[in-house]
Amino acid sequence: MEFFIQQLINGITLGAVYALIALGYTMVYGIIQLINFAHGEFFAAGGYMGVILISYLAAQGLHPYACLGISLVLSMGYCALLAMAVEQLAYKPLRQASRLAALLSALGMSIFLQNGLMLTQGVYDKPYPTEITAGGFEWGLISVSYMQIFIVGLTAVLLVALNILVFKTRIGRAMRATSQDKVMAALVGINSNRVIATTFAIGAALAAAAGIMVGLYYGSVNYSMGFVPGIKAFAAAVLGGIGNITGALIGGLIIGMVEIFAAGYISGEYKDVFAFVILIGVLYFRPTGIMGENVDDTRV
Amino acid sequence: MTTQESKKLWMACGVGLIWFLILLWPLLGIQPEGLEFGKTFKVFGYIAVAAVFIMFFYQIKEAGHLDAVGDPIVSAKGRFQELYEKTPRWILLSIVLGFAIVFPLVTGRYAHDVSISVLIYICLGLGLNIVVGLAGLLDLGYIAFYGVGAYTYALMSLHFGMSFWLCLPIAGVTAAVAGSIVGYPTLRMRGDYLAIVTLGFGEIVRLIFNNWMGLTNGPNGILSIPRPDIFGFELNKLWMLYYVILVIAVITIIAVYRLNFSRIGRAWEAIREDETAAELMGVNTFLLKLLAYAMGATFAGFAGAFFAARMRFVGPESFTFLESAMVLAMVVLGGMGSIPGVILGVLALVALPELFREFELYRMLVFGGTMTLMMLIRPAGIWPASRVGRRSEEAD
Repeated sequence: MEFFIQQLINGITLGAVYALIALGYTMVYGIIQLINFAHGEFFAAGGYMGVILISYLAAQGLHPYACLGISLVLSMGYCALLAMAVEQLAYKPLRQASRLAALLSALGMSIFLQNGLMLTQGVYDKPYPTEITAGGFEWGLISVSYMQIFIVGLTAVLLVALNILVFKTRIGRAMRATSQDKVMAALVGINSNRVIATTFAIGAALAAAAGIMVGLYYGSVNYSMGFVPGIKAFAAAVLGGIGNITGALIGGLIIGMVEIFAAGYISGEYKDVFAFVILIGVLYFRPTGIMGENVDDTRV
Repeated sequence: MTTQESKKLWMACGVGLIWFLILLWPLLGIQPEGLEFGKTFKVFGYIAVAAVFIMFFYQIKEAGHLDAVGDPIVSAKGRFQELYEKTPRWILLSIVLGFAIVFPLVTGRYAHDVSISVLIYICLGLGLNIVVGLAGLLDLGYIAFYGVGAYTYALMSLHFGMSFWLCLPIAGVTAAVAGSIVGYPTLRMRGDYLAIVTLGFGEIVRLIFNNWMGLTNGPNGILSIPRPDIFGFELNKLWMLYYVILVIAVITIIAVYRLNFSRIGRAWEAIREDETAAELMGVNTFLLKLLAYAMGATFAGFAGAFFAARMRFVGPESFTFLESAMVLAMVVLGGMGSIPGVILGVLALVALPELFREFELYRMLVFGGTMTLMMLIRPAGIWPASRVGRRSEEAD
């Protein structure tokens, strides 16, 4: 039983990270129906900016929590700028082109960014200063680290902020309108280019936060770290119903749980397979996902 | 180009460069020891000079000052095209084939090595071309079938002592079966969902190679795979293997060419252009899509068996997603659905980088950038296929 609860806690932590990445996929797909392959790279870039800034600020003698907070905000901003640049260069000119062209352009950007990170940051793992969030609580065999509380807490805060942004503000309303009907939204005076750029920026900022969380959790970052979590987060977005924000959260939690429980009870070596199996199963039996509305023929 | 447009273009270029500097500096300039600017500005300087140079060149070209250079090139190209169309096809083909046959006799080991990889990728590219170029199904896990072929030969030859020539068709068959297994559940999907599911399948296959210790020896791979032989004579020189893969590649080219102009090939193209319309015209779309997967996988299986025999080693690291992306990039760069296009794409991405060996580190960076750039400026590829339309579902 203790083992089960422990796994549950670990699953929620991992699920929170996947949910944050999945949000970026789901929001972008909801608006321009593009699988943004480069999204995993925004996540990796966020992780790297985190470690760069934390080490720099810590060397300046700042309090560790201040380091973490400032780095988090700056990394999120950095990735938002990066995503906007990628969107302008690689996706915007292809809005009217075939979907295959846009997808391949995204794939090219993903490879480009991944290698850009490798060239500037090196091939080897970069260690994270994990002592900032070291320690934790223990009840018998169950332990909850401060790190896990930090990850889940920060995810909750970001989700609330995102909810307010999407459902209470003007730009959020514009985003929802654009994702429902781009032409109609443009007719009522919404600048769809700005909405799309904002969506990319928000998604990438969330991915950057996830990158820092993963860096702290596993203790290091690597230039190719974006690929596998990216695919799993995409699986989460599809599972929850692509285009749906609540769905991305639910999907992320489920994928995280499944991965942890499969690793704990079935086989650690094949833990990555389960996310892919879920992805394939969902697309086969219920392509609209858990929370998805009816999607038209071209989407499925 | 008016002054207004020119001004706008330079503004965009300037904003882009500043943006790039903002993105580049934190990655290079922030060190624990302090902030550093020299390295960033050095890299930025190169890029800025290159960008300004390209802009300048573009403006001169737009203003028509390069017509004196450009017009003769265009007319020469036109004349070449005319000559190409007038010459009987068999003369051209025999020149190319003759060159391919003589090539290893006049070159050294290094050239053999590169040309063998070129031919392997030609087989892979043409196989993927069936799936992506002809049937219009985006497959991001294609390299899995190459892996299936390679492991089939490795295991068959080591455990049962079977010869390469017997294993070659078996590898093709196992890869085709794997293709059908992947294809069967995925073919209900379309477009980018299909892409992501095939990616998932490709990763699953790689994870199985990596983790099934009993069968594949896991990440260590399988060592000392026997070389192919002919009537007991072991092909132990690289140029002998070159001829083996040349034969496989030529067979692949002929097979794909014949398929392209057969009833099946036309049905595939009909599916690519408009699946619903094709089905209404009586094309059995499900079976034909499955056949496209199986046929594409077969050629990958042949190439994989040869790869295992040539390297004498197989390991899961050779079958990563990046390899799938590479093969896909060759097909897309060359021109989807066009055989000479795919061959050109392979030459561009395998042989050309060999000329710039000292920039090896930047290879993938340039490769990713080129892929995006190609989609922006010439999405149909270097040598576009003659029969390509626009998918009706994308028209609106």
